[in-house]
Amino acid sequence: MKRFWKNANFRLKAGIIMTAFFLFLGFVVYYFPHVDPFTYNTYRGKLPPSLEHPLGTTSMGQDVFWLLMEAIHNSLLIGLIVATIGTVVGVFVGLVAGFSGGVLDRVLMVVTDTFVVVPSLPILVLMTSLMKGSTTIIVMALVLGVFAWAWPSRQIRSLALSLKERDFIHTAWFSGEGTMQVVVTEILPYALTWSLSNFMNATLAAIASESSLAVLGLSPANLISLGNMIQWARERNAIFTRQWFWIGPPIVATVLLFIGLFLLITGYNDYLSMKRGR
Amino acid sequence: MKFTKYLGLRLLTWALTIWIGVTFIFFIPRLFPSDPVETMIGQIQSRSGQMDPLEMEMLRRSLRVQFGLDGSLWEQYLSFLWKGLLRFEFGPSLMSFPTPVGEIIRTYLPYTLVLTLTSTLLAWIIGNFIGLQAGFRKHKRSSKIMEGIAICIYPIPYFIVALVLQIVFAFILGWFPLQATIFTFGGTAAFIRSLIRASLLPAISLLLVGTGWWIISMKSLSSTVAEEDFVLFARYRGIPEGKIGRSYVMRNSIITQVTALAMSLGGAFNGSIMTEIIFGYPGVGSLIQKAVLQSDYNMILGCITISIVAIATATLIVDLIYPLIDPRIRYN
Repeated sequence: MKRFWKNANFRLKAGIIMTAFFLFLGFVVYYFPHVDPFTYNTYRGKLPPSLEHPLGTTSMGQDVFWLLMEAIHNSLLIGLIVATIGTVVGVFVGLVAGFSGGVLDRVLMVVTDTFVVVPSLPILVLMTSLMKGSTTIIVMALVLGVFAWAWPSRQIRSLALSLKERDFIHTAWFSGEGTMQVVVTEILPYALTWSLSNFMNATLAAIASESSLAVLGLSPANLISLGNMIQWARERNAIFTRQWFWIGPPIVATVLLFIGLFLLITGYNDYLSMKRGR
Repeated sequence: MKFTKYLGLRLLTWALTIWIGVTFIFFIPRLFPSDPVETMIGQIQSRSGQMDPLEMEMLRRSLRVQFGLDGSLWEQYLSFLWKGLLRFEFGPSLMSFPTPVGEIIRTYLPYTLVLTLTSTLLAWIIGNFIGLQAGFRKHKRSSKIMEGIAICIYPIPYFIVALVLQIVFAFILGWFPLQATIFTFGGTAAFIRSLIRASLLPAISLLLVGTGWWIISMKSLSSTVAEEDFVLFARYRGIPEGKIGRSYVMRNSIITQVTALAMSLGGAFNGSIMTEIIFGYPGVGSLIQKAVLQSDYNMILGCITISIVAIATATLIVDLIYPLIDPRIRYN
């Protein structure tokens, strides 16, 4: 662990610290006892920041600080679920395509490429508008997962293609291991190191998509997410009434979370390529 | 392999992409339990009170025809492919009944295409230029600063960049209108002036995010190429630095960036949609937002189909330019 930290580059360190901070807010601070921030008129509306309300209150008398904690928690949760779906499906499809070759590979790749090329947002709009507000966090994650697997599966396929020709795979093959065995014991460990950066990327993309849908009013209406929080503040004219402590925190939090995750991704990739000896 | 064969294969992929995408969006609404016709009837009932059962049955039938939901699933699918994909007919728009969806999209689409394509291309050119400088001279202070700025802007979602620009430049400083208005009357000069005024902020926010990505990727590409032996050899031969940068490093790294451009168009389009909605720019994004608010499914389907075709075609064009840039390619 100590050696890892010493070898880590600046970006990786900064990324780990920033992401850890948000994980702390979303999964530790979140569980501190507090009043349900969603209920209207718990407090007086439009209070400025104070000791009791570190970020003040909204026009509807909600505590902005706890609203933000809940939003960070839910946004991270959506991101992690979607990334898990995307990574599992993506690795599976990529490995199957890369190792089977032939017609199956071609068919899978045409479908994968379609999902990479086609603009995802309008299709997500169609799917969520059919459910209009009546969804749960899980359904939302499943819908976002529809587009999360394509990119990892492309990456994993090209990884599988290059691994297929390596000596240790041939050795495993000739020593009589079945295809499944080879894939699980030899390939998967490789694929997983690669998938980690895909996983973080998918987390980031999912949070971005959810907040985009929220701005369109298509995220579940009772879900406190970063996107919904921004949208609610926008709807209630927080900009025109200059309530910067209401609309500001979710914007700043989203920006910092994304920069942190992105630093983590690029730092991790640099770290991997350095470890491989470049 | 001959160029014609490459072209043929690429055209086939193009057609397959569009077909898979469109088939997918045809089946989505039919997989969900909610029925747009029943939703619509519910809305009409809540607005106009109880209705005669016979009248309602007629309404239901005519709505099914309007939504393309009459006949068997197979018939619906074929007519969707035939009418929607080949003739861009998606039935009447339900929010501005009875104008056909295709006609409305035709007036909005050019705005989106101009905004998306110009900002994407500009971002690609500017980003690659800066990224090349930064990668080629990677130990310079300015290179590191440029990359740092790019890293802090690129990962932010499009609509947040748009929102922040709107708050700062339109609301606090008041340099731009809060909501875009384009005058289609009052002559060409007024039209162009209002168009530029309306699209400047949206274009800047798209440019910022896009440029960030190209700086980051070009920097890492060109710094790798700059360490190759042939660059070192060129230095020993005494070729001027500027020429090494242009003909050796750029030539070799730009090829990868052309493919990346083709892959990024879908994402750029998503970005345009969000940016349009924030600024109220009259493009397909705003149209989709309006259609969602009023449950105009014909319009949503039409917008998606046309955007799939547009993005797939733009990707095809970029891919066809690729062999022109890379003389080594042998079409395989």
